[in-house]
Amino acid sequence: MYAQALNATDPTPFQAEDPVKLAAFQARIDAEEKIEPNDWMPEQYRRTLIRQISQHAHSEIIGMQPEGNWVTRAPTLKRKAQLLAKIQDEAGHGLYLYAAAETLGVTREELYEQLLSGRAKYSSIFNYPTLTYADMGAIGWLVDGAAIMNQIPLCRCSYGPYARAMILICKEESFHQRQGYDIMIAMCRGTPAQREMAQDALNRFWWPSLMMFGPHDSNSTHSELSMKWKIKRFSNDGLRQKFIDATVPQAQYLGLAVPDPDLRFNAATGHWEHGPIDWDEFKRVLAGDGPCNRQRMKHRRQAEADGAWVREAAAAYAVKRRAPAERAA
Amino acid sequence: MTESPAPLWEVFIRPRNGLAHRHVGSLHAHDAKMALLSARDIYTRRGETLSIWVVPSSAIVASDPSEKEMMFEPTGSKIYRHPTFYEVPDEVGHM
Repeated sequence: MYAQALNATDPTPFQAEDPVKLAAFQARIDAEEKIEPNDWMPEQYRRTLIRQISQHAHSEIIGMQPEGNWVTRAPTLKRKAQLLAKIQDEAGHGLYLYAAAETLGVTREELYEQLLSGRAKYSSIFNYPTLTYADMGAIGWLVDGAAIMNQIPLCRCSYGPYARAMILICKEESFHQRQGYDIMIAMCRGTPAQREMAQDALNRFWWPSLMMFGPHDSNSTHSELSMKWKIKRFSNDGLRQKFIDATVPQAQYLGLAVPDPDLRFNAATGHWEHGPIDWDEFKRVLAGDGPCNRQRMKHRRQAEADGAWVREAAAAYAVKRRAPAERAA
Repeated sequence: MTESPAPLWEVFIRPRNGLAHRHVGSLHAHDAKMALLSARDIYTRRGETLSIWVVPSSAIVASDPSEKEMMFEPTGSKIYRHPTFYEVPDEVGHM
């Protein structure tokens, strides 16, 4: 999902944990107790969470860009206000998540540095361009829809601060998906040209949305431990299937065709079966070679550099305001 | 000028009068005024609140989870502090 790159191998080896502490930790997890910041935890639990939460945060921050592309060209004032509200939410989600990651002992500066240097990953989905306004509909409907599928189980994640951040996020994510579907409905009820735009957006975002759930379970190396520690509650393939089953009828309602010639309903299982996913494309985009990776990173670095004077001024002002009080003391 | 990291603040909100302020998360800000404005933007975009507190995280003194047995044991053994410790005869009814 927003932490697809978790499969990358961790370069630093883990030291053997104290088996007594490890067993006590696992017992707490099994009893559905939440782990809180100052509790003992295995180093690998800590590192996995830092990576997962920060990749999730980076995805929210980079995720503002594809939508930012259409703010000034939204078709009406209403649509513009909705888009701005959604983008502001993404910033908020990024900030809740950075704060949750920091409770694990990493600093905000380190997290930013990891993103800006390209060492940290973010979701592959945000490396696809938003070519028409209909993409705002497809992103809200599909991308946020896929995100919700993944995030609802994360509300029960074993790590308290992450679970609490996810509860805040899920409440707001529902608005994102509905406003996206609302755009799709308006377009599909519109002119033939608008319907064509809606279909084109679905064609381009369908497969990348399925890739958001990450590699097949058989290739997902970190899954087993994440499941055992209840960082993750459902498998990639399980969540992907849930998303497809929920989304295909929504596409049918819109009168749009899902761009998968192999898609068929299996009456025996009650599930929609999909065709093969292009995992080479997934790997390419995740490794930095998608349609917009360079543009996204360049923009993010520029924004960080352009904002430096504001942060410096705020820091200087705080020092100036503190100075008289300290002199008096 | 080199950038200095902004200090951490803890954010508490009161959803409506009659309820206590509740911790909702943290944020970074250089001063109290900016912390308050950021808290409004980050944690209250849906009219969730009537009041916000921001507190420098460094001002919070916390108990140590690794010493929780020693810290909280005295209450664990004093079961007579709970009403259920005392038996009320059936004839007396609800008390």
